[in-house]
Amino acid sequence: MSSAYSITRSVNTPRAVYLDFPLGHTAGKPGDKALQRKVMIDTLSALDTIQVPGTIRTLPYRWATTDAWKDKVMRPDSEKKKHADDRVERSTDPQYQFEGDRQAAELNLADNGCTDCIWLEPQDLGKQ
Amino acid sequence: MAKISLKEWYLQKHHMHSEPIDYIQRTFEQYARLGYPPYQWVNNPGEPPFVPLGKALRDARVGLVASGGIYRLGQVAFHYKDDCSFRLIPTTVKLNELRVTHFAYDLTDARADPNVVFPLETLRDLAELSRIGELSPHAYTFMGGIYSSRKVKEILAPAIADRLVKDRVDVVILVPV
Repeated sequence: MSSAYSITRSVNTPRAVYLDFPLGHTAGKPGDKALQRKVMIDTLSALDTIQVPGTIRTLPYRWATTDAWKDKVMRPDSEKKKHADDRVERSTDPQYQFEGDRQAAELNLADNGCTDCIWLEPQDLGKQ
Repeated sequence: MAKISLKEWYLQKHHMHSEPIDYIQRTFEQYARLGYPPYQWVNNPGEPPFVPLGKALRDARVGLVASGGIYRLGQVAFHYKDDCSFRLIPTTVKLNELRVTHFAYDLTDARADPNVVFPLETLRDLAELSRIGELSPHAYTFMGGIYSSRKVKEILAPAIADRLVKDRVDVVILVPV
């Protein structure tokens, strides 16, 4: 599944479906179960029916009645906000959605380790 | 009635869609504005490997892999500095135990409804309806904002692929963000 056509084209996956929605909605719209299901049914159908390797099938759903939203994506207007985010030094500290998540994770780690967390790099092997 | 431009009207009338956003081009422009050298995107020329499904979907075991920074309550979250780790998420998980953090996309809708970046309920429903045989017991998630494509190719992807083979899935749905 993809919402970034040129990236998927460049990666050249065996098969793909393309959904022309903003990033962060690769599988549909929030709360719209009917659309999520249609998108997934189309995805499964593509798995079944694509014959030519490298095919990207465009799905027939629109994000909004106009495509005006596309003009602002990664363009200077929205960049002020994004650039501000970039100024935060990237660290190797886990970024939790809620503070309670951090506490839950640390309790878990102390108890019996995070068995469902798989770290692969030499510098991370102590984390388990 | 929504106000649309003449171009929009024309496209809709003729069932045409506007062009996909070219993220490679937009990233190039953004990096240029910020004074960075261009990002080296993965490019795989030639014909990709391709294996026909070989069985009906209603008999297939389906795997799910997502890169939107999804983790489960109790798990360590991802960090934003080329995190090459991944998480196992049981496909029976309660949706309210899912969390999402990522630096490269607006998380509002993913947090309101994780199915938009991690279509787990969608697939569970389709398994109920026998549109697919079954969902694999575990889904795999990782933090997609990894600048080093070498690390993904050499470390992360083979590790996930290995698990999927051991899970004996017939097909995998990859959901990037």
